[in-house]
Amino acid sequence: MAYFLQQLINGVALGMVYGLIAIGYSMVYGIIGMINFAHGEIYMIGAFVSLIAFTLLGMLGVSWAPLALVVVLLTAIAITSLYGWTVERIAYRPLRGSFRLAPLISAIGMSIFLQTYVQITQGAKIKTLQPVITGGFTFTDASGFTVTISWIQILIVLLTLVLMAGFTWVIAKTPLGRAQRACQQDLKMAALCGVDVDRTISLTFVIGAALAAVAGLMATLYYGVIDFFIGFLAGVKAFTAAVLGGIGSIPGAMLGGLVLGLAEAFWSGYFSIEYKDVAAFTILVIVLIFLPTGILGQPEIEKV
Amino acid sequence: MTTAIRAPAVSVVPGLGARVKDAALAAFVAFVLLAPILGMETVPGPDGRLTLDFHFDLVAIGALGVFLGRLALSFALRGRPLARAAAGPLSVFVSRYGNWLGVAGLVFALALPLMPFSSRYVIDVATTLVIYVMLGWGLNIVVGLAGLLDLGYVAFYAVGAYSYALFAKWFGLGFWACLPIAGVLAAVAGILLGFPVLRLRGDYLAIVTLGFGEIIRLVLINWHEVTGGPNGIADIPRPSFFGFPFTRNPGEGEIAFHQLFGLEFSTMHRVVFLYYLALALALVTNLFVLRIRKLPIGRAWEALREDEIACKALGINPTNTKLTAFALGAMFGGFAGSFFATRQGFISPESFTFIESAIILAIVVLGGMGSQIGVVLAAAVIVLLPEIARELETYRMLFFGAAMVLIMIWRPRGLLAHREPTLRLHPRPGGGGS
Amino acid sequence: MKTPILEVEHLTMRFGGLVAVDDLSFTAFKEDVTAIIGPNGAGKTTVFNCLTGFYRPTTGQLTFHGHFGPVLLERMDGFRVPRHGLARTFQNIRLFGGMSVLENLIVAQHNELMRASGYTLLGLFGAGVYRRAEAEAVERARFWLERLGLVDRADWPAASLPYGDQRKLEIARALCTGPRLLCLDEPAAGLNPRETAELGELLLELRDRHGIAVLLIEHDMSLVMRIADHIVVLDYGRKIADGPPERIKRDPLVIKAYLGETEEEELPPEVAADLAAAEGGS
Repeated sequence: MAYFLQQLINGVALGMVYGLIAIGYSMVYGIIGMINFAHGEIYMIGAFVSLIAFTLLGMLGVSWAPLALVVVLLTAIAITSLYGWTVERIAYRPLRGSFRLAPLISAIGMSIFLQTYVQITQGAKIKTLQPVITGGFTFTDASGFTVTISWIQILIVLLTLVLMAGFTWVIAKTPLGRAQRACQQDLKMAALCGVDVDRTISLTFVIGAALAAVAGLMATLYYGVIDFFIGFLAGVKAFTAAVLGGIGSIPGAMLGGLVLGLAEAFWSGYFSIEYKDVAAFTILVIVLIFLPTGILGQPEIEKV
Repeated sequence: MTTAIRAPAVSVVPGLGARVKDAALAAFVAFVLLAPILGMETVPGPDGRLTLDFHFDLVAIGALGVFLGRLALSFALRGRPLARAAAGPLSVFVSRYGNWLGVAGLVFALALPLMPFSSRYVIDVATTLVIYVMLGWGLNIVVGLAGLLDLGYVAFYAVGAYSYALFAKWFGLGFWACLPIAGVLAAVAGILLGFPVLRLRGDYLAIVTLGFGEIIRLVLINWHEVTGGPNGIADIPRPSFFGFPFTRNPGEGEIAFHQLFGLEFSTMHRVVFLYYLALALALVTNLFVLRIRKLPIGRAWEALREDEIACKALGINPTNTKLTAFALGAMFGGFAGSFFATRQGFISPESFTFIESAIILAIVVLGGMGSQIGVVLAAAVIVLLPEIARELETYRMLFFGAAMVLIMIWRPRGLLAHREPTLRLHPRPGGGGS
Repeated sequence: MKTPILEVEHLTMRFGGLVAVDDLSFTAFKEDVTAIIGPNGAGKTTVFNCLTGFYRPTTGQLTFHGHFGPVLLERMDGFRVPRHGLARTFQNIRLFGGMSVLENLIVAQHNELMRASGYTLLGLFGAGVYRRAEAEAVERARFWLERLGLVDRADWPAASLPYGDQRKLEIARALCTGPRLLCLDEPAAGLNPRETAELGELLLELRDRHGIAVLLIEHDMSLVMRIADHIVVLDYGRKIADGPPERIKRDPLVIKAYLGETEEEELPPEVAADLAAAEGGS
């Protein structure tokens, strides 16, 4: 029971991280119908900016964790968002209305570029961050098993819930959210109705990147080790989560993230840790084949 | 898919001040982007904790470069968009003299080992190049003709390589016996993957094939009993010249290649033989693709790429048609894989990463999707560039990534995008196209 | 006595709560040009999509008297429909834009050529059977290109044709599949009056000289009234009238569906005056 509970906690924390990244995929797909292949790298850059900011603060002698955390969070969001914006501006905007594989190929190119860029500038070695937040709650059950909820896991869950709440409010209540929903329905019509489509798409990328930055920060804190390659796997898994939940749907992305995180935690807890990524990819394939619209997605009617 | 939303074509040429301001803004963005990642390198300090090495000089150079580049671009374009739909003079030239270029290239390729400058190194590089060309031609069936974005092509390469290695090692089969087996197994892998996923939309297909590539790699790493795990398979039998091995001292009752022809033993024999073997495989691939393009199945692939719904309305079964493209593409990947295994004598999962798929895809995309000569040119650039400047090796992937983005913006259909019809009603000169 | 070619019985198509086609029954005859008309959103294209296998109808039976005898279309995969001799075009033209005009027409003969090429194997080795079949396919394509006046542009990329020619090419492509029934979805949309007139000639010629029945969706009433032998009128997914043009023209339900009730009386006086002036002037 305790072991189960521990996997559950780990799975939820992991799922929240996937969910945050998945929102970026889902929003972009919803609005312009493309897979932003470089989104995993944006998450990786978020993790690196966090790492660098923590290191810089450490060198400057800022040692009070809450302050460091807030500063790093804001820095990571700001710089990663700018990356998201730039990627859209350079690699996708000129291709709007081009033939259908072009943006996808451009996105793959961007992904390779960003990955190599970080590999060259920061080195290929694994980076280890000194623990910033340690400790947590520990329970021991009757049979002597202990269950740990670390402060970081609590932080991940709380921050994700706050972000989700804020984000849902933005989509539901603000003019930006309205413009976004309009663009999701019909890009051309939204443009004709005076929605600044370019700006809305840019902001979608910025929001997606900001959430990915938070995910990157969380992962850096949670695992303590990152390298230039983390974006690839996290990206594919988060995309799986987005599809699982129903691509285009934001609660769906979060839900898909949770399902995937739990599946992965339980799989590595009970079966084999070597095949955990195989499990994630297999889930992706199965979902796409049998449930292509996902859990919360809208079925698509093919217009002939 | 996405709808075309373009800014109205206002041809107001901005003034110098506006341009400088725009370039300065771009430089500022570049500065902010570069400052943390390029400007502050995390390195382990003496006590094991991370510290930072600052490289703000590089950041400044980068920002300045962006400023000048942006300024130059704004003058060069004068408000026109960067993208160009029309085929450029290069691709028209290539399409006009394509046959001659092909013949010239072939003669050169055949004569290469006889050239005075052809050292072992040159032949080795040329062999690698030819294999990439072959992989590019194979993937071109899937991506260029059928328009299916396959990001896991390397999986079929791996299936081919491992089939050869295992069959040759455990059953003692020779290269020519293993080659068809490897091709068939790769094609079967293609069908097994393709059957459930080919009805997915284009971009989902890309992700699933990517996942499939990773699954194959992870299985290769973890299935120790058969694949040797991360250590791979060593001592794969080397190729022989139709049963005559390339060894100095052949075994009991065997005749070595050099004895057969009464030559002095030289390690070059095997290298040159491998080169010609690769060339032969590549030529077979090329002939096959050129031929099949003019057959109904080839035209159906291209039609599917253009409009799947219209294909259905004309009685074409989309799933089967895509499946053939997938299986045939996979088959050539399998052939190339077995060649790779026999050439290296050692294979491990390291050789079959996503990056390899991306390189092959880059060759197809940069060359011009569907263009056979384009693949050769792109493969030459991608394989030879890092060879010419060794220090560029690290930057190779950076260059790839950037090139893929830029080529898509500049010519979304690739460098040599000009397409010749597969059959004509009127002879060439009279019935010229647009 | 006319021979039926297509019998639609109690066809209903629902999308979620929306009923796009509601209990539609009609028969199209081999010797006729049959037109389906109705206001926008009446469900005309949905009928086509059900006939050609793009949608699975919710209920209903669709019997088509094809090359191999009567077949049921309602559960048939889209790509199998053309083999029985039913070809269609699309409201928004769907050509293979990057391929040449001629290639578009050759692709339309895919299944026959596939057989002739021994499912690619014979073709790979350049067998004579295949070369003859391809030459025949080209001749058939040439026939329709000549008939439609596109022969000079046979080697152009399809996307580079002017709009009217693209419409013609799509019809030629459908004809190259060798249909018994040709379904055209708004073939006159975007054509100029001369092109529309030529289209009408072509459809009558198909009926009279080639024995190809035509089923057409069209908004251009002058064209429909001139060439159709039989008209089916849809409104909100239901059939409101069915019969020869003369009867449809006078049918009160049809007039109501198209013009609305007592519309002219509700117009403000100045608008009505303008309208009258415009009509008098033209």
